[in-house]
Amino acid sequence: MARKVSNTRKTVVTLAAWSIGFLIFFPILWIIILGFKSEGDAIKTPLQVLFSDWTLQSYHDVQARSNYARHFWNSVILSVGSTMIALAIAIPAAWSMAFVPGKRTKDLLMWMLSTKMMPAVGVLVPMYLLFRDFGLLDSRIGLVGVLTLINLPIVVWMLYTYFKEIPGEILEAARMDGASLRSEILYVLTPMAVPGIASTMLLNIILAWNEAFWTLQLTTSQAAPLTQFIASYSSPEGLFYAKLSAASTMAIAPILILGWFSQKQLVRGLTFGAVK
Amino acid sequence: MTLTLRALLGATVSLTLAGAALAETTITVATVNNGDMIRMQGLMDDFYAKHPDIKVEWVTLEENVLRQRVTTDIATKGGQFDVLTIGTYEVPIWGKQGWLVSLNDLPAEYDVDDLLPAIRGGLTVDGELYAAPFYGESSMVMYRKDLMEAAGLTMPEAPTWDDIKAAAAAMTDKSKEQYGICLRGKAGWGENMAFLTAMSNSYGARWFDENWRPQFDGEAWKATLTDYLAMMNEYGPPGAANNGFNENLSLFQQGKCGMWIDATVAASFVTNPNDSSVADKVGFALAPDTGKGKRGNWLWAWSLGIPAGTQKADAAKAFVAWATSKEYLEVVAAKEGWANVPPGTRASLYANPEYQKVPFAQMTLDSINSADPTNPTVDPVPYVGVQFVAIPEFQGLGTAVGQQFSAALAGTMTAEAALAAAQTLVTTEMTRSGYIK
Repeated sequence: MARKVSNTRKTVVTLAAWSIGFLIFFPILWIIILGFKSEGDAIKTPLQVLFSDWTLQSYHDVQARSNYARHFWNSVILSVGSTMIALAIAIPAAWSMAFVPGKRTKDLLMWMLSTKMMPAVGVLVPMYLLFRDFGLLDSRIGLVGVLTLINLPIVVWMLYTYFKEIPGEILEAARMDGASLRSEILYVLTPMAVPGIASTMLLNIILAWNEAFWTLQLTTSQAAPLTQFIASYSSPEGLFYAKLSAASTMAIAPILILGWFSQKQLVRGLTFGAVK
Repeated sequence: MTLTLRALLGATVSLTLAGAALAETTITVATVNNGDMIRMQGLMDDFYAKHPDIKVEWVTLEENVLRQRVTTDIATKGGQFDVLTIGTYEVPIWGKQGWLVSLNDLPAEYDVDDLLPAIRGGLTVDGELYAAPFYGESSMVMYRKDLMEAAGLTMPEAPTWDDIKAAAAAMTDKSKEQYGICLRGKAGWGENMAFLTAMSNSYGARWFDENWRPQFDGEAWKATLTDYLAMMNEYGPPGAANNGFNENLSLFQQGKCGMWIDATVAASFVTNPNDSSVADKVGFALAPDTGKGKRGNWLWAWSLGIPAGTQKADAAKAFVAWATSKEYLEVVAAKEGWANVPPGTRASLYANPEYQKVPFAQMTLDSINSADPTNPTVDPVPYVGVQFVAIPEFQGLGTAVGQQFSAALAGTMTAEAALAAAQTLVTTEMTRSGYIK
């Protein structure tokens, strides 16, 4: 039976939740607002910024100076490509760890996660030399590979957690009915884990979309995604806040819209198995 | 049949030759996001008209990202760039390493002798010019003429630090959010340490003696830091430990700073009526001194260099020669006006009567001429560089020392403690690197 909650308490909790949500979202909101201001107005005090004229000039300037479409498509290819490959590798890996664990499965999982603990810059030079020797600098293929490997531990971990929630008896029953390993994973396990796989996929796309170290270091022009598009508008000497904000808004808009439309799926997946 | 075959063969050969003649060479230029560089990208028609066989691909990045990106590429011979935008700090180091192509063979019409001697000297190693300056800057005092007048003061053309302190005190009215002086406080070798190293030169301080021994335990550094902290604490804006160029520019444009000592390039921003509320009230003066023979101004040039590993050196040289030529300055002037011409590289620009009408032109030239990167300090030093020390270790050292001084400005440590920490960490690193035997 649900506990009784007073109306006052409900109002306070709701207000607190909205306030915290607004605080977290405020930097993004401010970036969006600054994108519609002139460079001169963008550096004024917050109140002056809000009541100054609105303009599309920064968007116009950014469109005129940069090839947004090329950066956008590179971001799409890199994030979706790396996510699909990571899922193709991680689903069978997580299946084996969840349903036929060995003695060292836990150690293996910890080892995979430990690869995330080293700062990326520590392997910059060897990675750069490998990319140079294999002719992969400024190529989408090379970056898809790097992003796949970077996010693979997280994908395996998330899928392993979801798969652990699925009763092994169902898979056993499928096996009794003569299902092959491939059919078991494809037609029995995967449909049951769709919320988990979907949220893993979405999170991985977001992580790959926002990755700003390797995508800046290993690209020049042909494979450069939106992270480089944003970096080209930042400067320690000069007035570029409005243009930088407009460029940032254009870069985050697609992923923000994707997150907005898929938030139900995302929340469902992330809380999957939280209540038994 | 034979005739047809011959005709076809001939046509194919002709087409191949024509194709080869029209074949484009694409060069990739890595550059920073500053107004002059962005302007050049919009003026490329002039270059394409003169070099129809060369196509330029731009990679524009934030200064620090660019520095890391091109350093990795050039050190590993990645070959991703054909022209690099590099600063006065990198050129002597990279030139010595053999990472850059010499530009001594630029054509006679380029008129290399027209380059300002101070700027050219900073880009030359053992007689070889390793980069061509695109735009040069020093630092100077920008001040509010109206506030000075209201305070009954006159700013000398070549002030001393005592003049600056007196003016800062007279112009400060914190109840009106009006601060006498705005200076860099954000930690970083190119942030607060650019300012403080230049300031220390005028106090007779130096980073190292002739034997590479750090000098932060000397009286000159103590006087520099004490005066800087006193000025900023008494007359500076709140939260100054987080202020860099952009933050101070914003404060000055909003009328909150009486004085701002920073890059000469800021003059065009603070006098632009579209962005600055004090555009018509700004005066300029040389960076201050203490009468010891050196002023507290720096010297910097964004220059174009060609990495030694490029396969397209000829096309890259053609681009560098065009972008840093006298003719390019005229192209900018014709399309955007003389005030928007990249400053600080050529003597002929400052001899031009049209350019002399620009209000900050002469002060920029005087500031550049008063800095000497090969002889930056009162006492002799073993290094090149005015606001930096041109050794590979300086980026890390400068930022680490800058963090100590920024902490002192924020009030989390005393000036003495910051100097002692700087002395220790620089001594350790210089010993480890083999400079101190």
